[in-house]
Amino acid sequence: MKRMRILAYPYSVWMAIFIVVPLILVFLYSFTEGDIRNLAQLKFSTRSYERVSEPIYLKVIVNSFILATLSTLFCLALGYPVAMIVARANPKVRSMLLMFLIVPMWMNFLLRTYAWMSILSPNGFLNRLLEFFGLPRLEIMPGKTAVLLGMIYNFLPFMILPIYTVLSKIDKQYLEAASDLGANKTRTFFKIILPLSIPGVVSGITMVFLPAVSTFVISGLLGGGKTPLIGDLIEQQFMWEGNWHFGSSLSIILMVMILISMAIMSRIDRDGKQDENGHAKA
Amino acid sequence: MKKILVVITITALLAMALPMSGCGEKVVLNIFNWGEYIDESLLDLFEERTGISINYKTYDTNETMLAKLEAGGSSYDVVFPSDYAVSEMIRKDLLLPLDFDNIPNFKYVDERFKNLEYDPENKYSVPYFWGTIGILYNKNMVDDPADTWEILWNPEYAGQILMKKDVRDAMGAALKRLGYSMNSRNDEELQQAQQALMEQRKLVAGYYGDEIKDLIANGDAAIGLTYSGDFMELYWDEEADFSHIDFVVPREGTNMWFDTMVIPKSCRYKKEAEMFINFMLDPDVAYQNAVTIGYPSPVTEALEMIREEDPEVFELDAFWPDDEIISISDVYVDLGDYKSIYNQLWTEVLVD
Repeated sequence: MKRMRILAYPYSVWMAIFIVVPLILVFLYSFTEGDIRNLAQLKFSTRSYERVSEPIYLKVIVNSFILATLSTLFCLALGYPVAMIVARANPKVRSMLLMFLIVPMWMNFLLRTYAWMSILSPNGFLNRLLEFFGLPRLEIMPGKTAVLLGMIYNFLPFMILPIYTVLSKIDKQYLEAASDLGANKTRTFFKIILPLSIPGVVSGITMVFLPAVSTFVISGLLGGGKTPLIGDLIEQQFMWEGNWHFGSSLSIILMVMILISMAIMSRIDRDGKQDENGHAKA
Repeated sequence: MKKILVVITITALLAMALPMSGCGEKVVLNIFNWGEYIDESLLDLFEERTGISINYKTYDTNETMLAKLEAGGSSYDVVFPSDYAVSEMIRKDLLLPLDFDNIPNFKYVDERFKNLEYDPENKYSVPYFWGTIGILYNKNMVDDPADTWEILWNPEYAGQILMKKDVRDAMGAALKRLGYSMNSRNDEELQQAQQALMEQRKLVAGYYGDEIKDLIANGDAAIGLTYSGDFMELYWDEEADFSHIDFVVPREGTNMWFDTMVIPKSCRYKKEAEMFINFMLDPDVAYQNAVTIGYPSPVTEALEMIREEDPEVFELDAFWPDDEIISISDVYVDLGDYKSIYNQLWTEVLVD
């Protein structure tokens, strides 16, 4: 067993070069000023953090959180029933349904977003379809609604899959016991299925919220760059302005906020598990 | 502890080995160009003629290219910066002077495009294409005359206007509309330009880059600020009819830009890079490239071939703007310290 550890070294090296060192650099740049290529000359400064706290940038951060929260809620509301349907389907249908979920993910995310552009654009597929049936046109792209739709579409599978996994593992005997003891379907759902599926819901929320809050490109393409998110702002600093210091402090702020939300989620997850054990004992 | 040591050792060894892996024998030119900005069959032709392989990569703005070059760690042999970016690269000492003995085809370049302000002694750059920015619009959706910057601020087209997501072009349009230079370094003028862009925001449907051409061609928006070549691409499109799309250069004057070929300091094969530049200036090659990409070539012979084949394109604003407009247009210059001021003003417009 001990020898097997050697197999983990490549990964540790990989982590050291591509995760730990860049993280240290981001942290260093965020607290300094000066020429980024000359590490020795960098001077300590909190100016980029002061800039982050200006109202216009705070607004971007708040906007990103609102949009990410909204898309997570929509994904949960849409994804949970789908996960239940998939988990309950007979095996043949189930594998087909899973295929439908996974196949779009084989395509690059950027391509899918461009596809959404041509669906939602003012003269795009959706509006032509509506026009064909004599219905009023939808003016959603470019705009926040289109960004939200794009985010929900892109992240929905990350909500469905973990919930499905948990649901499909629930022991049928619990459900039989519940119905033997006279619980109706609603009661069974709220007392048995929902509590047991909380770990899946928690990891679903984490897997949707994290990429949603840090996403970029979607807001640029579907929102026409008018509702920049914190991810867009970071990209702007590194790729366009060449202001690595400001970009780094934005990244650090984003990371801190993600860590806080992850801590909250894992607390909920732990409470859920304790609850579950409590039930089992009773 | 031992484990950490092993990790550190392997990391250090790998880090040392990485830069050495570039010392191979075979010459591979790393060429870094704008997207959709070369007839890619010419790359194969170059490989065929010289036996030199090409590794071709693209970028979408001068700023992204500069950011990548300045960050270091990459090696490019030929890059295609625009005018102001050339000056900035010269100022930052990022370029190698060209050896014109290896670029005999430079003699085909029109004298008008030599020794320009961005490279006064013509030591570092060779012109590749030139063009303007202007207004691409759908004739069925726009009734007012479009040959003015005012059209981008006309409330009648609220929600129908696409603005270019580029700090120089957006600020430049706003400055020129107010009658100022596109290279203004006057804080008061820049404030006014930012104010104008913030007011325009209410009318703008979206800020885009290369997508503007497709959105307008598809009828998703009526008016957009974009490169002259975007129109030429639609004009020369053989599969679809875009006769309802037109391009005009605003009568107040616009930005006249030059894209160039330069060799950055990180270059590994300077002689081969100069061979490539020389190849691109060959009249036949320049002609084929110009016809595919849609910009007027600075190579005189290539331009004459186009004039013989397709004389009517010289009537188009997008291909051959009037001398009068050219004379009141600005070529972007390196803004120096003002670059970050422009950037910050522009970020504030986008974020607002």
